[in-house]
This record gives sequence, structure tokens and C-alpha cells, in this order.
Amino acid sequence: MSRRSRVLLKIAVWAVCLAPFVVLLYRAATHDLSANPISFVTNWLGDWTLRLLLASLAMTPLRILFGLSWPIALRRLLGLFAFSYAWLHLSVWLVLDHFFDWREMGADIAKRPYVTVGMSALVLMIPLAATSTAAAIRKLGGRNWQRLHRLAYAIGVCGVLHYLWLAKKANPAPYYYAAILALLLAIRAWDWGRRRVSRLRTAGVPSTARATVRSLSGQGRRQEEGRS
Amino acid sequence: MLIKRGGGFKDNDVTPYDVYLNRRAFIVGAAATVLAPNLGEAAAPPAGQALAATPNPAYKLDDSPTPLKDVTSYNNFYEFGVNKEDPARLAGTLKTRPWTVKVEGLCAKPKAFDIDEILRMAPLEERIYSLRCVEAWSMVIPWIGFPLATLLKRAEPTSQARYVEFTTLLDPEQFPGQKKGLFNFASLEWPYSEGLRLDEALHPLTLLTVGLYGQVLPNQNGAPIRVVVPWKYGFKSAKSIVRIRLVDQEPKTAWNTTAPQEYGFYSNVNPTVDHPRWSQATERRIGEFRRRKTLMFNGYQDQVASLYAGMDLRKLY
Repeated sequence: MSRRSRVLLKIAVWAVCLAPFVVLLYRAATHDLSANPISFVTNWLGDWTLRLLLASLAMTPLRILFGLSWPIALRRLLGLFAFSYAWLHLSVWLVLDHFFDWREMGADIAKRPYVTVGMSALVLMIPLAATSTAAAIRKLGGRNWQRLHRLAYAIGVCGVLHYLWLAKKANPAPYYYAAILALLLAIRAWDWGRRRVSRLRTAGVPSTARATVRSLSGQGRRQEEGRS
Repeated sequence: MLIKRGGGFKDNDVTPYDVYLNRRAFIVGAAATVLAPNLGEAAAPPAGQALAATPNPAYKLDDSPTPLKDVTSYNNFYEFGVNKEDPARLAGTLKTRPWTVKVEGLCAKPKAFDIDEILRMAPLEERIYSLRCVEAWSMVIPWIGFPLATLLKRAEPTSQARYVEFTTLLDPEQFPGQKKGLFNFASLEWPYSEGLRLDEALHPLTLLTVGLYGQVLPNQNGAPIRVVVPWKYGFKSAKSIVRIRLVDQEPKTAWNTTAPQEYGFYSNVNPTVDHPRWSQATERRIGEFRRRKTLMFNGYQDQVASLYAGMDLRKLY
């Protein structure tokens, strides 16, 4: 993909990620936030956090399945937007819903599993957002950086559990999110298993050669991260 | 004036009866003559038509009523879909005429009542009740109806009757939410069923409801006939009722079947017993910014607490 189309793609993703926020502002300005605006805004921001989170988790599976490299360049952008929506989501809960009633919120975090996992997801996102720069990748080293950013899976699981546990059983939406997350994780697991098998097939090759192959492939990944 | 305090509603919120007659009934009637062989079934849907009722001063609140627009656009009525805006958007498919309510079971005089017969059965009262949803929001609504007891007594419940079971219409053509979703997902077991103990059903607060805000009950609010049990969470007040059955056992109820640990048979509004997943201590009154404290039995403690004397409301939630 050319540099020009990469830039265009990023602009498009920016537009898509900002659109829900712009639409929300428009609906607020036109008094179109339902009879229960606080609940509406909370749910809206929560929905988009989860969608962007799953979108960021879908980029690597796209590469695995279709051998595309451009999705990897979008991971960080989608992840950071998910992080932003998550904070807006929390802010609404904190300011508008409970109006800084720390005691009640503290009790909620401790007593309500859906709040606990939601809060965990948010806290886990902080180190990922903080290390999203190219400089941070260099400083940590590709391997460590990648290890740290596997937290994205845990965040995805926490985010989906948050929705599953807060919604009523009769609402199908959280199950759809859970199914998509399961599919995305299954693709990675399958890829991981496949690579492991192909590595074992090189068993006939002397161990030093295997180590070389491994480190080369590690390097290849690192370069790719650096580009994104 | 129908409403004592607060904004009330403007003239253009309600279609005057004569305008209704002159306009819609005439046009629909004329069209029906040409198009439909069965005139009786082609009658216009009466939702929105003005409905006269005498305000009952014994049942009003100091809080001003929630605006009509909010009452009719923010609804939990899973027969139309699980989202709050679904009922207002999709309620047009519900046909409220002809409509029959069967009263049956353990009673001396079971009968299938035509909805128009029920409307003439007793003087219609307007009562302003607070509605507390299990999701921790609430509204104040001027309902129109008469005590459910009036209807039940006509059926003459036998001495074995101890509970009342309500059943909502089952028809996926009229209630799109009753269709199976992706992977055969069903939000609830249809038809929706609810239940009350007989003494709860006969309590003067329990209102058989056919209208709100001076008009015939809008479809999204449970037309053409529902109950309103103001001291219980909203889902206990069954909507679009087609059958009322007197029984001797505690009936199975829709939400209790779906999640028994979360929705008990009684489901009285109780700020001291939390929903397993969220607090019931406070609620957001629609239209207000700050949460307010939830009142025991939704503020109807004086009238209903005696029904539960000696019961452990933590266990029988």
C-alpha cells in the first residue's frame, strides 16, 4: 500500500472514530438524548468503547487471515480511540450519574462484578496507551512491548464481561460482542498453534538454526511494530 | 383541568374527540367500506383518542407528572424490542380492536369481556402514580382506569383462588419482539406472564388501566388494557392483557423464569434490598439531574405494608 493511501486510510479511520462523538454532540444540541439522557450518553459511549476495542483487536486477525499489512498500522489509532471513549464513559458515570458520590461508587466497584471488570479494563488500558509511542517501543524493546500489549486480550475480555454482566439476560447485544471477541481470539489461537507446529516441523534442523529462525521472525515483527 | 400541578399538557397534545370522529373515523370508515369486507375489524386504532376521566383526589402526588413525550417514548416493552425506543417506533403493528380479555380459572362466573364492555364497566378515574422501574429510574404518570377489584369481583373468585395470573397477547406479527432472533435467541419466554397474590390484586391501589394523560392508552404503554401496581417494580404491571386467571398456586412469571435470583415473585419496590447487580437505594426521576432516594413500597408504605406483615422481604424479594 502506498504512503498516500495509508494517509488516506488513517484519515478515514479518524473520521469514523470521531463520528460517534460528533453525532452525540449533535443529538445533545438537538435534545435528542431520550427521556433519560445520562443513561443514554453512558450507554452510547460504552457501546463505542467496546466496538473500537474489538476493531483494534480485529486488525491482527485480518493480517493472519488475508496477509494484509495495513490493518496493523491502524491498531494503535483504534486502541487509543477506544481508550478515549472509555474515559468519557467513566467520566459520565462519575460526574453525571453519581455526581462524585465516592462512597457509593467505591461500594459499586467492590460489590458489583460488572463495575469491577469495567474498571479493571480501564486501568489495564493505561499502560498500553502510555506506551503507544514509537519511542516507548524502542525503549521497551519489541519483545517486551509486545508482551505488555498482550494485555489487550485481557482488556477485551473484561470489556465484554462488563457488558454481559450489566445487561439483562433478555438483551442479545452483549452475546454478539462476546461471540465476535471469541472469534477474534480463536483466529489468533489457531495462528499460534499453526506456527508452533511449523516450528516443530523444523525439528530435524539443529537447534542453533531454529533459534536463528525464531530470532529472525522476532526481528521481523519488531520492525513491523516500529513502522506502525 | 385534569392535572392538579405541573405543566400538564397542551391542547395540541390530545386530539379532541370530535376532531377524531370527523377526521380519522370518517376517512378510515369510508376506506374500510371500499376496501375491507369486515367493517367491524377495520375500526381505527383508538390510541391517542381523548378519554374522559374524573381525577381521584385520593391518588395524586406532589411531584409534577413526567412529560407525555417521555412517558410515550421511553418504554420497556420487550414485545416490541429490548431497547427503550423500540416500543414507540414499532407499536403501530399492535391492533387493539377487536380485543377480548378472558377472566377464568377459580371463579364462579368466568367470562370473556370485550374491551369496550370493560371500558363501560365502571367510572373511569384519573390517578397520578409514581412508576419505579427495576432499572432504577422512575416517572410520574396520570393513569386512567378503575380498580382491578371491580373486574375480579364480577367473576366471583372462589375460596380456593389465592393468586391472579396475567397473560399478555402472543402474536409475533403484532409484537415483533416475540420473533426469534439470531441463533434462535428469545429475549423472554412468550407470552409474557405476570402474577399477584389475590389480596394484592384486590387492593384498591391496583389499577386496571386503559388510558393516560387524558387519552386512550398508547400502544407502547400496554394498550388496550394493562394493570398498574404502583408499589412494585414496573415489570410486575402486565401490559396488553388477554387473560386473567384465578389460580391456587403462585403463578410462573416471565422475569422470574428468566432470572429467578434477580426478579422475585413479589418484586416490591424496596430500597434496602439491592438487585444482585445494582443498588436499589436511589433512582433517577426522568427529567431530574440528581438521583433521589427510593422510598419503601415506592412511597405507598402506609397503604400496602400490612399486606406483608411478618414476611421477610429479603427472602421474599
